[in-house]
Amino acid sequence: MSTTSTDTLGRPPLVLMLPAAAAVLLLVLPLAAMVVATDPASLVDALGSEPLQEALWLSLVTSTVAMLFCLVLGLPLAWLLARVDFRGRRLVRALVTVPMVLPPVVAGVALRAAFGRSGLFGEPLLDATGFAFPYTTWGVVLAHVFVSLPFVTIAIEGGLRTAGTAYDDAAATLGATRWTTFRRVTVPLALPGIAAGMVLGWARSLGEFGATITFNGNYPGTTQTMPTLIYVARQSDADAALALSLVMLVVSVAVLVALRDKWLVAAP
Amino acid sequence: MTARTGLDANLVVPDRLDAALAVGPGEVVAVVGPNGAGKSTLVHALSGLVPATGRAVLDGADLLGRTPRERSVGVVFQDQRLFPHLSALDNVAFGLRSRGADNRAARARARDWLERLAVADLADRRPAQLSGGQAQRVAIARALVTDPDLLLLDEPFTGLDVGVAAMLRIELGRHLAEFRGVTVLVTHDALDALTLATSLAVLHQGRVVQHGAPDEVAARPRTEHVARLVGLNVIREGDRLRSFSPAAVTVGLQAPADSTRNRWQGVVRGAAPHGDAIRIQVSGDRDLIADVTPAASRELALVPGQQVWLSVKETAVTTYDATS
Repeated sequence: MSTTSTDTLGRPPLVLMLPAAAAVLLLVLPLAAMVVATDPASLVDALGSEPLQEALWLSLVTSTVAMLFCLVLGLPLAWLLARVDFRGRRLVRALVTVPMVLPPVVAGVALRAAFGRSGLFGEPLLDATGFAFPYTTWGVVLAHVFVSLPFVTIAIEGGLRTAGTAYDDAAATLGATRWTTFRRVTVPLALPGIAAGMVLGWARSLGEFGATITFNGNYPGTTQTMPTLIYVARQSDADAALALSLVMLVVSVAVLVALRDKWLVAAP
Repeated sequence: MTARTGLDANLVVPDRLDAALAVGPGEVVAVVGPNGAGKSTLVHALSGLVPATGRAVLDGADLLGRTPRERSVGVVFQDQRLFPHLSALDNVAFGLRSRGADNRAARARARDWLERLAVADLADRRPAQLSGGQAQRVAIARALVTDPDLLLLDEPFTGLDVGVAAMLRIELGRHLAEFRGVTVLVTHDALDALTLATSLAVLHQGRVVQHGAPDEVAARPRTEHVARLVGLNVIREGDRLRSFSPAAVTVGLQAPADSTRNRWQGVVRGAAPHGDAIRIQVSGDRDLIADVTPAASRELALVPGQQVWLSVKETAVTTYDATS
């Protein structure tokens, strides 16, 4: 359909085509260069190395757990922002979006201030339970959720707004409570937006570096994710860093494609 | 179950609606009026989807303090609003399940209603796989299955083929005859108003300006819109209204010789077949319609832009009070 209208409307203007082509090159060339530059031998070494396997596994697990937390917390928040007209809604939305523009390292510092061992909430938590977030895998998840939740919330809110309130209204006249409406009407109809938000959140978590390393350090097996491993490797062995980066590229693309087939395309 | 005493409402939505309406149980009030008169606002205010002040008592219970789900209304929306992710059957069962029926009982009752609307064979289809008429039948089943106290139909035949609409109108009439609650039917079709309704309410700029038996309203319309709807000319003279049939109008190219006051000059704006006659629209000091024979139409060259004189005999004019 889109090709038909492009054809009938005439040639796409160069003034748009050239920047579009430049954008594609800008995004593809560095990745292609990375593939070209990677030494196959070091790739084999990297794949067999224990730090990579640990870091890759940790990255996948923490990103997935963080995505689930983002769903559990972000979906209700997105619904509130999209469907309930309350005083201060604009303020809440503004506050929610602040972490999106924050440098992740600042997010790490803020998390320390709040949940560090001597932080505002971290200290009472430590006193009461003996548990502290920093330098633990849960700390990694917390950092991931903190940086991803705004993206997930805003994406899902967009999906809910696109779905509109007409069917919510119809459900209300049919005697459905807001909770029933949410479960049986709102969520099913906003599923594409929700799935897109989750994929976005997962991808954001997978690439998260600054907040994670600031809040949790870099301990193999507990807090060392792929980005932090690559960062450390880069300082001593550029070839190894390239190989690790290539693995991460392949895994990310594979997971995104899998999620796409399962969620984004299958959804109505 | 409370005793059915009908609907007594005076609903106010600032800048949009200030409408008083009393409808007995089992009655069907057709609400007509031009676009923007507040018809849909009235439906939404009654359903609770648009906040309103004033008064709305249904079978002795105050509606205004209640949320839509607490009102026992059935709504057939203008755009149907069937849930696109549910089958026709689950759409109809939705209201029953929301009100606590278990899945099996809800589905059985929903299937029963799909059967009554003659669409039981489409039970498993999604709304996107239904034609406009089929979807409207499902929507009507969905509104009626919960046995509401108040049924709201917002232009239920809009967008349907003429034949489909005619069929559905007859069937809806049968269901409305069995329905013991109050029905509010918003329409822009005189046929709906005259065939389905027990009373006709005319909405104009958010107010009910006339409410009575359909024949009575049709014979003595108080607004230009209703006059057009039922195919009459109506002219306001002070507190009096004067109406006459387009068939009684004489069309000529010269001013009539007699000095009747019932004569107007104007320009032909349009012409369309109407039964055996040609109905022409003339605009001048008054917007009027007149029926002429096809022969006369040719003879007088009644094409758009033609200057004409219209006149009507005083004996063909009905005069009545504008105030109720």
